[in-house]
Amino acid sequence: MKRIYPDRDMCIGCGLCVLGCLAAHSKSHDLVLAYKEERAKGLVSRKRLIEADEVCVAISCRHCEEPECVPVCISGALSKDEKTGITVYDADKCVGCWTCIMACPYGAIQRDKYNNKIIKCDLCAGRESGPACVEACSNRALKYEERQS
Amino acid sequence: MLFRKFASTFHEFRIVRDPDLCIDCKVCIIQCPYEAHFWDDARDKVSHDNRKCVGCHRCAAMCPTAALTIKLNELDFRPNATWRPEFARNIYNQAESGGVLLAGMGSPVDIPVYWDRLLLDASQVTNPSIDPLREPMELKTFLGSKPDRLEVKFDEDGNPALQTEQTPQIELATPITFAGMSFGAINFNLHAAMAMAAKELGIVYNTGEGGLHKSLYEYGQWTIVQVASGRFGVHSDYLNAGVGIEIKVGQGAKPGIGGHLPGEKINGKISETRMIPPGSDAISPAPHHDIYSIEDLLQLIFALKEATEYRVPIAVKIAAVHNVAAIASGVVRAGADILTIDGMKGGTGAAPAMTRDNVGIPIELALASVDQRLRDEGIRSKASIIAGGGFRCSGDVIKAIALGADAVNIGTAALVAVGCTLCGRCYTGKCPWGIATNDKKLAKRQNPEVAAERLVNLVRGWSHEIEEMLGGMGLNSIESLRGNRDKLRAVGLTEAEMQILGVKHAGR
Repeated sequence: MKRIYPDRDMCIGCGLCVLGCLAAHSKSHDLVLAYKEERAKGLVSRKRLIEADEVCVAISCRHCEEPECVPVCISGALSKDEKTGITVYDADKCVGCWTCIMACPYGAIQRDKYNNKIIKCDLCAGRESGPACVEACSNRALKYEERQS
Repeated sequence: MLFRKFASTFHEFRIVRDPDLCIDCKVCIIQCPYEAHFWDDARDKVSHDNRKCVGCHRCAAMCPTAALTIKLNELDFRPNATWRPEFARNIYNQAESGGVLLAGMGSPVDIPVYWDRLLLDASQVTNPSIDPLREPMELKTFLGSKPDRLEVKFDEDGNPALQTEQTPQIELATPITFAGMSFGAINFNLHAAMAMAAKELGIVYNTGEGGLHKSLYEYGQWTIVQVASGRFGVHSDYLNAGVGIEIKVGQGAKPGIGGHLPGEKINGKISETRMIPPGSDAISPAPHHDIYSIEDLLQLIFALKEATEYRVPIAVKIAAVHNVAAIASGVVRAGADILTIDGMKGGTGAAPAMTRDNVGIPIELALASVDQRLRDEGIRSKASIIAGGGFRCSGDVIKAIALGADAVNIGTAALVAVGCTLCGRCYTGKCPWGIATNDKKLAKRQNPEVAAERLVNLVRGWSHEIEEMLGGMGLNSIESLRGNRDKLRAVGLTEAEMQILGVKHAGR
């Protein structure tokens, strides 16, 4: 399946991926409104930028072949779609136990403090031009492609 | 306000932030290496300090909501036609520092650009134009010394066979090469990008002074290796790694001036390539200390030919200066296979501003006089000519070829292709576009894959335009245009200028 692969050697830490994700998952699809207003109502970017010294990398759910988060999910909110390969999240089933956050080895799942649930990357499912973070990446440090594992 | 030094008070730029669009996302803060943008804790928002802005436009380019504009700071100095604000600013700076004013990139001074005063011919009824989309166009160019005559022998069946031994040539798919830019002055990512782009395009790039990193030897077929006065990184493998060797005698952006790569720029990879200790200053003297005459140059040319077993052509790069035609004649007679002439609009990472803006002559005049002199002396075919120094578009390139160049070097244009906004602060080592810097965080801004793609696109675009213009003139090969000054006409030039350029005025 096609996944988003970050390249830490080329990530310049500009954070445009974080903003792209935020706008794509906003109601308004308008970055100014998303950042200024919707964020205050709980909108969170599914992308996280991690920085240490000269290295930075933007991470989000990697939709692992065998995700650690799925078997630990007590409510069945996280499941693996065998067809698409996407680790699917059903917010209605989520009870906010946050076990998945502890299980994820990449730290790619975040707390949704407003709704007491989780936030994770959905690969911008349904978005015609693919994941917004990849499109926003200024230095081609994020690639959305099929790779041999 | 507290007292600030004059120089920073009379700053050049002003950052304008649209309050309706700025979302305080901090992208501008991360992007600005000069710290012109910052987070204002007291006001809880992104703010800026105009005095630190160098006008690189990186923040504006990266701002996701297009909230930023960089404007010239219209500081109302008392109007004075003689004492323009830049003279006053320079004096304020020097009165504080007592040093030589440094500047990066080509000269911004308003010296005539003759390309803008020359116009190309076009076909009409009697010599029809050619459609490059339907007819083949030949841009292939060979750089190197050409034989005076070709001996051909025919066998019993009448098939011809070339008897003359050919001298080594550099084959270019299009008459454009990347000018010498050293690994050190620009970082490894861009050096790699130029190599990748040259390979893709079938042209050559030039290492500049400072050697070639071993990992780029695989691109040797598309590399001209440079031997400059400092001899940094020069060894047998290096000389044999490329398809040509260039001896750099002068540089258009700073004729008569050597180079200086500050110690702080010499990191591990550069130290390994240049063969000098990390952190030590790399000073290239202005003269080659073994060349004080044309005879000495001849010795170096032949030493390099010996070292490479006469397999590669040797180029000599000189700056466009007074009497350049006589100098060029001497260089060709000394055995150079390629003559590179660099005009005063050429770029550089750091040059004394006064040298950059006041020394040398424009490439157009130098090229025309050199080509004419070599023809007059009957030695034009002994060497190819590469012209460089401020080429901005394919129109400039094709006019240079009509004036006598075999190919054109592009340096600044190549850097602009990967983002350079000519802010001219290359010498600070903090290039916001990740070009003239070896700072790890900044150098990352040039992804070689992206940069190579942009360079390839630029040269491809220019080549298509050259084909279009050639077709418009009814020519189907770049060879037919080379030195064909009848295809050029001048507009608004003096008799002396037209005489040097060897072109007629428009209407004649």
